[in-house]
Amino acid sequence: MLRKENLARLLLASGLLIALVLPFAGRWLQNSLSPHTIELHARIPEDGGWKPEALQATVDQPLRLRLISDDVAHGFALGQMDRLPVDLLPGEVKEITITFDHPGTYTFYCTRWCGPNHWRMRGVIEVNGPIQRPVSGQSVPLWVRLGLDLDAPHPAAVAPESKPAAKRGMALLAELETDGKIYDQDYYRSHAPAQVWQELRAIPSLKDRSDAQLWDVVAAIWQHNTDARSLAEGQKLYAANCAACHGQQGAGDGVFASKPPPDKKASQGMPTGADNPLKAPADFTDSASMLGASPALLQGKILRGGMGTGMPMWGTIFTQEQTWDLVAYLFSFQFEFNLPEAAR
Amino acid sequence: MSARLDLTRYKSLAGLLRNPWPQFLIRILALAGFLFTILAGLLGTPVGSHNFAIIFVWIAWWSALKLIFIPFGGRFWCSFCPIPMPGEWLQRGGLLVRGNRTVGLGLPWPRRLTGAWLQASGFLLVGLFAAVTLTTPRVTAWMLLGFLVLALTMDLIFAPRTFCRRLCPIGGFTGLYAQVSPLEVRVKDPQVCATHSPKTCFLACPWGLYPLTLKSNADCGLCLECLRACPSDNIAINLRQWGADLHPGGRRLLAEAFLGLIMLASALVDAAVFLGPWGWLKVAAYSVGSRSWWAFSGGFLLLALVILPAMFILAVWLSARLAHPQLDLRQTLAHRSQVLVPLGLMAWIAFTISFALTKAGTIPSVLSDPLGWGWNLFGMAGQAGTGQVTLLSLTVQAVVLAVGLAWSCRVARRISASLREALPLAVFAFFFNSTMLWLLAA
Repeated sequence: MLRKENLARLLLASGLLIALVLPFAGRWLQNSLSPHTIELHARIPEDGGWKPEALQATVDQPLRLRLISDDVAHGFALGQMDRLPVDLLPGEVKEITITFDHPGTYTFYCTRWCGPNHWRMRGVIEVNGPIQRPVSGQSVPLWVRLGLDLDAPHPAAVAPESKPAAKRGMALLAELETDGKIYDQDYYRSHAPAQVWQELRAIPSLKDRSDAQLWDVVAAIWQHNTDARSLAEGQKLYAANCAACHGQQGAGDGVFASKPPPDKKASQGMPTGADNPLKAPADFTDSASMLGASPALLQGKILRGGMGTGMPMWGTIFTQEQTWDLVAYLFSFQFEFNLPEAAR
Repeated sequence: MSARLDLTRYKSLAGLLRNPWPQFLIRILALAGFLFTILAGLLGTPVGSHNFAIIFVWIAWWSALKLIFIPFGGRFWCSFCPIPMPGEWLQRGGLLVRGNRTVGLGLPWPRRLTGAWLQASGFLLVGLFAAVTLTTPRVTAWMLLGFLVLALTMDLIFAPRTFCRRLCPIGGFTGLYAQVSPLEVRVKDPQVCATHSPKTCFLACPWGLYPLTLKSNADCGLCLECLRACPSDNIAINLRQWGADLHPGGRRLLAEAFLGLIMLASALVDAAVFLGPWGWLKVAAYSVGSRSWWAFSGGFLLLALVILPAMFILAVWLSARLAHPQLDLRQTLAHRSQVLVPLGLMAWIAFTISFALTKAGTIPSVLSDPLGWGWNLFGMAGQAGTGQVTLLSLTVQAVVLAVGLAWSCRVARRISASLREALPLAVFAFFFNSTMLWLLAA
């Protein structure tokens, strides 16, 4: 009888030991099988965002990440890198490997609108290495070179009565006898549409043209500096990253625009409700401010963010080219473009 | 007395039941699984649908309890439930045999706390937090750990199985519906027991029951210690008709009516929260502590403690008035509460069909990756298919509810003196089942 009891105790102890050790042994085995894999957990920013937020890597050495969403659907993407975002569904585990060519600070971010503070969900990867070349897109941006004040108001001195159409302006643009500077990309980027209109208005040979005709020419110049691919890319970026605040139609009325953070936790320490000092997102359909903004100014706002609006900085995420595509698309809220497969 | 088939007539089966080892091995497995579940809840992914603790407790076990264990085996689950095991072994001083050194004071449970009141209240209390508990692995883990510690503590103070009989909310649920189960422990020949001394079966029973006086399945945990202890082979494990414990005879407690009504209200609320299309209700049930949760809890308690009881009291009062105006309402309520048993059980089964069906697809995936850490033990991780509530499942649910209605009407007729007397109870059952069907179809 005693032997039976002892056997029972041995079995019980073994069973309990197996149950208690199983998770830890499994964890240990998992780590031994795939060493150097970093587990990166995604949670909505109200619950801490990425964990860890800062990672280290070395040039030419693969960085293995095990990505896990602990709550809702998130996405993982690396700024300024030509990689497709990885969708992270709750509880599912995705493993990816990234190899960096250049040292620098890379930003990774969430690509799904996971919550009111979605755009704060970012982290960085410090990549160390011997080759000290800057990451692409880190050259001095145009707005800095031009010395623009991103926070100053930029009202347009003049505005059209109806939406200018590039199609109507193209014929007149071809007839224009100018010194050719209006075809120059730097001219386009550094001038606001209202400025260009005023310069056109001052040309004596155009004094017979109506104000509306000259606005069509401005639209044509803007169209001349973009193409269908850029507009499509701009539209895609806008829909994925901007529309939630600025609205699908650019009117600054996106789903997250008017809502103050729902509670103290979501506000992450920022003032809520009436005390919220944040300005509303920019309205791209408002010609009074849009036509007073040069492409360089808009690009600067995108790159840096801020302006007292809660706008995130995109400089570490978008490439230079992507920001210009986006700027070109923003002007489609003001101008009628007609390009094959044009975005609007 | 209706027909019974004594399973101990089959020698090999009787031998298997008498042998303590199979039960003991299942108990080890259950306790080990229980500990693993707690660890998985605490350490594993917070995403419920990918955590062993949520899927195995609330999808696999909770469904199996309602679909298999209770309808076919009554309190069969209690015979290897891991929660009271550590305490029971300590009290007995051994795993298989009674040791010399036993632990625990063995005090009797206060008389005024007997009856199923506490169990029913516990079930109601757990129900208020169900939306969080059923989806949050950590909460489930802490709750299981809490039950383990509570059971152990009670075993150290009170008589064996006091936790199971007086506090365990699932014990209340299982005990109530075990009355309809087709499996029972009874004595073969009362004469043998009457002349036998000492009462070895009574001394062996951890539940403190004397098999000779067993009239209902409600308290018998089917541990079969009496079968093993009886020197005269006088214990029968009977297969019987479903619902055999529901009959006109015997004294019943008012707490049974309370328990039955709480279970009905909980089935309605769970169906509305978990299967209903009302997002705001889910949010309210989930946001524990918020104003909307208080409103939800208030509504739940109002339904469970006021509305349903008032309707049932009205039905019983009408029923009693039609028969004997001088009847004691308290006693009549307790007696007529038998109609709530098949009604509630079938409602819970109907609810479980949807609830389990939509989530059962996650079981293989969670087996392969129990902690949601990216393991793939059986190559089935990430294959979580979500089931659909189809017309077929809805038809099955409607049939189950119809059976529940017919069954409770039959019980109502059986325990009433006349058809007129049974009618108000049948109307109550019809009203409840229609609401349940509406919730399931919504």
